[in-house]
Amino acid sequence: MSWPSIDEIAASVQSGQTSAEGNVKQALQEVEKHKDFAAIISVPMERALKRAEEIDGRIKQGERVGRLAGVPFIAKDNFLTFGGRTTAASNMLKEFEAPYQATAIEKLELEGAICVAKANLDAWAHGSSTENSDFFTTKNPHDKTRVPGGSSGGSAAAVALDIVPFALGTDTGGSVRLPASFCGVVGYKPTYGLISRSGIVAMASSTDVVGPLTRNIADAALVMDVMSGKDAMDSTTIEKDSNGYEIRNPKSEIRKAKIGVIKEYMGEGLEPGVRTVIDQAIKKLEKAGANISEVSLPSLSLALAVYYIVCPAEVSSNLARYDGQRYGHTARETKNLEDSYFLSRQQGFGTEAKRRIMIGTHVLSSGYYDAYYKKAQKVRTKIINEFAKAFQLYDFLLGPTAPTVAFKIGAKTGNPLQMYLSDILLVAANVSGNPAISIPAGQSQGLPVGLQIIAPQRADKQLLEIAKAFEELN
Amino acid sequence: MGKLTRDAVLKLAHLSRLKLTEAEIESFRTELAEILDYVKQLDKADTKGLEPTYQVTGLKNVMREDKTKDYQAKPADLLKGAPAVEKNQFKVGRVL
Repeated sequence: MSWPSIDEIAASVQSGQTSAEGNVKQALQEVEKHKDFAAIISVPMERALKRAEEIDGRIKQGERVGRLAGVPFIAKDNFLTFGGRTTAASNMLKEFEAPYQATAIEKLELEGAICVAKANLDAWAHGSSTENSDFFTTKNPHDKTRVPGGSSGGSAAAVALDIVPFALGTDTGGSVRLPASFCGVVGYKPTYGLISRSGIVAMASSTDVVGPLTRNIADAALVMDVMSGKDAMDSTTIEKDSNGYEIRNPKSEIRKAKIGVIKEYMGEGLEPGVRTVIDQAIKKLEKAGANISEVSLPSLSLALAVYYIVCPAEVSSNLARYDGQRYGHTARETKNLEDSYFLSRQQGFGTEAKRRIMIGTHVLSSGYYDAYYKKAQKVRTKIINEFAKAFQLYDFLLGPTAPTVAFKIGAKTGNPLQMYLSDILLVAANVSGNPAISIPAGQSQGLPVGLQIIAPQRADKQLLEIAKAFEELN
Repeated sequence: MGKLTRDAVLKLAHLSRLKLTEAEIESFRTELAEILDYVKQLDKADTKGLEPTYQVTGLKNVMREDKTKDYQAKPADLLKGAPAVEKNQFKVGRVL
């Protein structure tokens, strides 16, 4: 059975037609049924059932539970949650039990949602395929020999498999949008700061955002509306749109829209099948009345180089806290405190985390800081300025989410730089803080292709509306 | 494209408080060089007159009241993951 829309699930639970307990049990059955896709790391079953019982009890008492009453969801395993472990798919946090929950999780729970499972990811969210998970690789729901994309690959696969109506991911350099494109679901990266990161295992703090993975835009907008807004525990958060994010009437959006197709995103390296799908999407939007033309943003080709300086720099700093002394993996039989740091980190971190920590340490070290880090932050300004200039002429920019469909498991594991290049069309929006969304647009070789739309900072509502209007054309 | 020297990799590992296996040292010599070579393309970008961006939404000095918030976590919850505990405190090896 496939899940109805999120508002329908909640309305049905609230009215007593269905129950939170029934929903949790269904989701847990689906988890079990799809085990061979390896999307899930752990299931906080006892707590999920207890919460369901409590919610059903409140409804029997005549209480209004909330907009997500009895709606089951899955969180990427880098969100701190109660009821089980939070591992970030790393050996370092293999046994870690969080003493508090992420703000995003708390907000969802306040509206009655229930976390039923924790999804696989590339360890610490470092990767584009889930192959960097210290535990196992998730398989693409459309073809088990292929990756689901990453790093939120478990979350995207879980939604594509209809295990739950929505899942949470994080997008530091494309980690919500890439798996959304590869698995054929909606993946939305809001404006930087719109959702609190308090209680999420930090990766690159100047670009980390939380984003929902859903089967449709209305669900993404609803979940976004619940999670967004200022949080005293994350000083980078900004106020949410005063009208909220729920979509009411998107019908007229396309006719008014001025859309720029990013020339650099349609260039060499784009698979012909992906190009065809994107060209068709552009035609559909044009036919619906959008005013579309090509626009060049030459600095975007530098975004990946900027990202692979800024991200490892922040990773090296954020992962410095894992020293084996307070929580996380601790090496046994060590000679002294320093030895304990070295060995705990050697054993707890996988190869990709080590690689990024070392790159970050290099670009931040004295003598290199100006040449790498400061230079990258200046090019970052250049990219932001170029986006700002384009958004004087256009309401939205678009292109493919990824230049290819989901690649084969193992195809890129031997070459880290090739793996990094999977995110070539994604990182610009992270570096600049702009909202961006990947929407299923069609298929190539029987595999899903995502259309990416990017909007000005804080134009999240407009972005969701145009995405919804596009969805209705399909 | 070159390789990093073995010493350069070992120095970075030391600064990062990481111990590496022989196989890791060898593969990092090539891979780190390749990544650093890729990001070097920024040298060619004209950034004259541009200020670096560290924060993308323009926030500055965000303050909040220095108030405690009750997370309802007990000391035992916070110490649960610690390898060694004494008198409700983390116990670590000698520093000096």
